[in-house]
Amino acid sequence: MTDWLRGDVMIAFAVMTAVTVASRLGGYWLMGYVNVTPRVRRMLDALPGSIIVAAALPVAVNGGLVVMFAIGAAMVVTIIRRNDFIAVMTGMVVAALARAAGFSG
Amino acid sequence: MSRESSARATPGHALKAPRVVSVPSARCMAPMNRDPLDLTAADPQSKPMTTHINKAPAYWSRAAIRPGIVAIGPMLPGTLAFGMAFGALCAQKNFSLAEVQLMMVFVYGGLSQFVAVQSWPDLLTPGSIATLALLTMTVNIRFALMTATLRPWFGSLPSWQAYPAMLFVTDGGWLAAMRYREHGGANAMFYLAGALVLYLLWAVAAIPGYLLAEQLTDPKKYGVDLVMPAFYAAMLVPAWKGPRRAIPWLVSGGVALAVHYLVPGWWFIIAGALSGAISAAFIDEPAPAGTTAA
Repeated sequence: MTDWLRGDVMIAFAVMTAVTVASRLGGYWLMGYVNVTPRVRRMLDALPGSIIVAAALPVAVNGGLVVMFAIGAAMVVTIIRRNDFIAVMTGMVVAALARAAGFSG
Repeated sequence: MSRESSARATPGHALKAPRVVSVPSARCMAPMNRDPLDLTAADPQSKPMTTHINKAPAYWSRAAIRPGIVAIGPMLPGTLAFGMAFGALCAQKNFSLAEVQLMMVFVYGGLSQFVAVQSWPDLLTPGSIATLALLTMTVNIRFALMTATLRPWFGSLPSWQAYPAMLFVTDGGWLAAMRYREHGGANAMFYLAGALVLYLLWAVAAIPGYLLAEQLTDPKKYGVDLVMPAFYAAMLVPAWKGPRRAIPWLVSGGVALAVHYLVPGWWFIIAGALSGAISAAFIDEPAPAGTTAA
């Protein structure tokens, strides 16, 4: 298992790369055939928030109270300070401290 | 607004006062943390206009390199920590450092790499590779949605510039670029500079983690698993444009949770995101007089 580059692993990586590249280029390419009507414009405008919520909410709920509390803290910091950096740090520190204090999740 | 008027010319159209986007460069270039609170967008009076700001076509100018990098700055420590945690995981799973580096540079999808390596099969067969491909696809298909939203901005650029730029789309870089665009920015360099810095950092981030593997066996101890969710949360707050525009978020969250519990794997991301966007298609802006709700 200490081979430098294993052939079967390279094949798996190549397939994963192909799928990911196709995702990145495919959306842009397909959109070239879509007429940006006001309706499509609304869909595009809703995507950032929708992707964020869809990707983070199940993870947060799954993560339990510590993760939810840390995300809440990050949002509160953002509302007060509008600083993404402090928000991310707050989320990490709150979670690390809560876990160090013995809370699980 | 010009494209929209050709789509449906209505008597009400003339009533909309054209909002001239005279974003002074100093403002649209400003790093996000110094952005003024976007109060105009929350003003109910201006609501019909919020999605229809006429935006300039894309151009390249070095002026946005620094602001673009500053905008993704908050992502850098988290990206490094995430990459290190991934390197440590790969060391435990007996990947060689050279293999890890190839995956970082070519696959370049942090979450998908994590998910794939965590469920890496003992034996790679055509079947198990296909399973890995499907897993990667369900995690990364959201990139297709992201680059789709970049088309109205980058579409005026030549393909040989736009398509390679799309290869570097990630959550953080895209979100920062969309926020810049929302404020009227058009300089494509803002996106590319941030995206390339994120890529270069990711390309080296796994190395210290791989070498320090024993110390990093539990990334949760340092809250590393909070990097992405906390950044997402920080991005969601300024995206708030009143409850009406948040309905798709509710739909997205509800569908994502349901799919998460009902369907194994990572389908919940794309299912939630698509549902949110589709619901937005059916939520009409407060109609200007004369516009029929379709």
